[in-house]
Amino acid sequence: MVEAKKVEYWRWPEASWVNPDIDWQKGKLVTVGVDVGSVSSQAVIMVDGQLYAYSNTRTGSDSPDSAWKCVNMALKDSNLKVDNVDYCIGTGYGRVNVPMAQQAITEIACHARGANFLYGPEIRTVLDMGGQDCKAIRCDERGKVTKFMMNDKCAAGTGRGMEVFADLIRVPVWEIGSRSFQIEKEPPMISSTCVVFAKTEVVGLLQEGVPENDIMAAYCAAMAHRITELLNRLGMEEKFAITGGIAKNEGVVKRLEKELGVKAADKVWYDPNMRDKGLPFDTQIAGGIGAALFAFAMLERGKAQSARKA
Amino acid sequence: MIFAGIDVGGKNVHIVITKDGTILAKVEGPTGINKAEAAEKLYEEALKKAGLKRGDISRVVATGSSGSRVAFADGVIPDAAADARGVIKLIPSARTIIDVGAEEGRAIKIGPEGRVLDFAINERCAAGTGTFVDTMSRALEVSVEEMAKLSLQSTRSIPMNAQCAVFGESEVVSLIHQKTPKHDIARAVHDAIAGRVSSVARIVGLEKDVVMIGGVAKNTGFTESLKRDIGMDVNVPDDPEFVSALGAATAAATGVLEEKVEAKVVEKEMIEEGKS
Repeated sequence: MVEAKKVEYWRWPEASWVNPDIDWQKGKLVTVGVDVGSVSSQAVIMVDGQLYAYSNTRTGSDSPDSAWKCVNMALKDSNLKVDNVDYCIGTGYGRVNVPMAQQAITEIACHARGANFLYGPEIRTVLDMGGQDCKAIRCDERGKVTKFMMNDKCAAGTGRGMEVFADLIRVPVWEIGSRSFQIEKEPPMISSTCVVFAKTEVVGLLQEGVPENDIMAAYCAAMAHRITELLNRLGMEEKFAITGGIAKNEGVVKRLEKELGVKAADKVWYDPNMRDKGLPFDTQIAGGIGAALFAFAMLERGKAQSARKA
Repeated sequence: MIFAGIDVGGKNVHIVITKDGTILAKVEGPTGINKAEAAEKLYEEALKKAGLKRGDISRVVATGSSGSRVAFADGVIPDAAADARGVIKLIPSARTIIDVGAEEGRAIKIGPEGRVLDFAINERCAAGTGTFVDTMSRALEVSVEEMAKLSLQSTRSIPMNAQCAVFGESEVVSLIHQKTPKHDIARAVHDAIAGRVSSVARIVGLEKDVVMIGGVAKNTGFTESLKRDIGMDVNVPDDPEFVSALGAATAAATGVLEEKVEAKVVEKEMIEEGKS
């Protein structure tokens, strides 16, 4: 019996990368940040505070397995082994269940620190648009958190909400942003806040024959509106940067910028070396970067002991 | 004289036809996308069932979230007023009404004559509505009726962390993976929605007798959870999903359609300030 394979429109591609310019054996300290989120997990490997390798994977039903999966994926194109790691910090929703980590730090601290590394010290507001929550964070020039606001109770305005929508409208989740601009005129936003009620509203629009691209625009606008409320509650200070998976959805980001009247920092490396070399810039690894940097700083300041086995 | 009450809700339309205070016919059907058409079609069905023609009906009153879409209605009354009139007709001792339908949950405080004294509603969030129960029963791969029965077998209360229906679905799936017995999950689901519903009810205050109506009132798993949550008895009249339509028919019979009802809209506070 042949069964039609169910297309999973929410399933975004996993990725891994190794920096060809770094020989880890010449470095002193190898640190790892493992960010096990509710929807995605990332491992970031740094050699003396420089980005060496990373992976971005889907979180499974079990946190330790998800942590191993992303660490193994980050290491798969390198001869570096877990035993060569000096210090590992776990972060994210599943941070206490990261088997290879010596310590756990909250993802709020890690995202702010990671955004500082990715986007530079001028960033004062970080918006982390995650899989099951959304956080607006204020930080100082060192990436230290001064204040934050979060929504982790409601799927509206989270990556999970966008995945539910992608599955409903049967469009791959990474295409929604660009397609949401292929419209004649910006439609009114989806009026339901709740993702479940928004689904009903979307089904109604589809049945009325509203073009799919217009519905995507309406959904992205609703999400942008929801996130604006969060940023307004926090009080936003420029410069402003976005991390997390939804940062990759231009349909949401552009509409958010328009509603806020503030442009988010360009998604390019602050460090000119990294920018010139054209290293990949991934907004989802901010938490992992922050964790790996915290690990490096702790070893350097003698606040932690190397756990290296080989 | 013969009157009709039509309740056009988020998911279903209910129609009641009464003659001298007794029910001649009641019909139920899905609201669908075209609500006006659904009401029209179901009205024909109700008339047929009662063996009547349109001209036999003295007055038609509509209610429900899309009550205003009923073109042939002679008047429209707010849901809370319809609920109050329907409930007081069936249970005169009622002082608090909890009405949970597919897409909203509301609590109404009423006076001895069925006057609406206070009213709170949640219509923005699926947690605390019938949709939450439907979603979780699908995740659990049982019908809503089965889930109610399962829930009554459970003696263990497991708290659900998720308030949101979307997150709740993932939580139910992970509870299944952890091999939590289905009946305990079923109870956890009903406890969760009961908690959300009771928080709306507490806004108006809970006073005896508490009467529960709406489609979710048929779910005994839920009503048991609600009783435990509020620590009070909960009365459910027969055919609780028709009470609002009955209230509209009662309003049609008395001809009193003027009632100003102002709701306290429950806006769930989802944003939390963090400490760093």
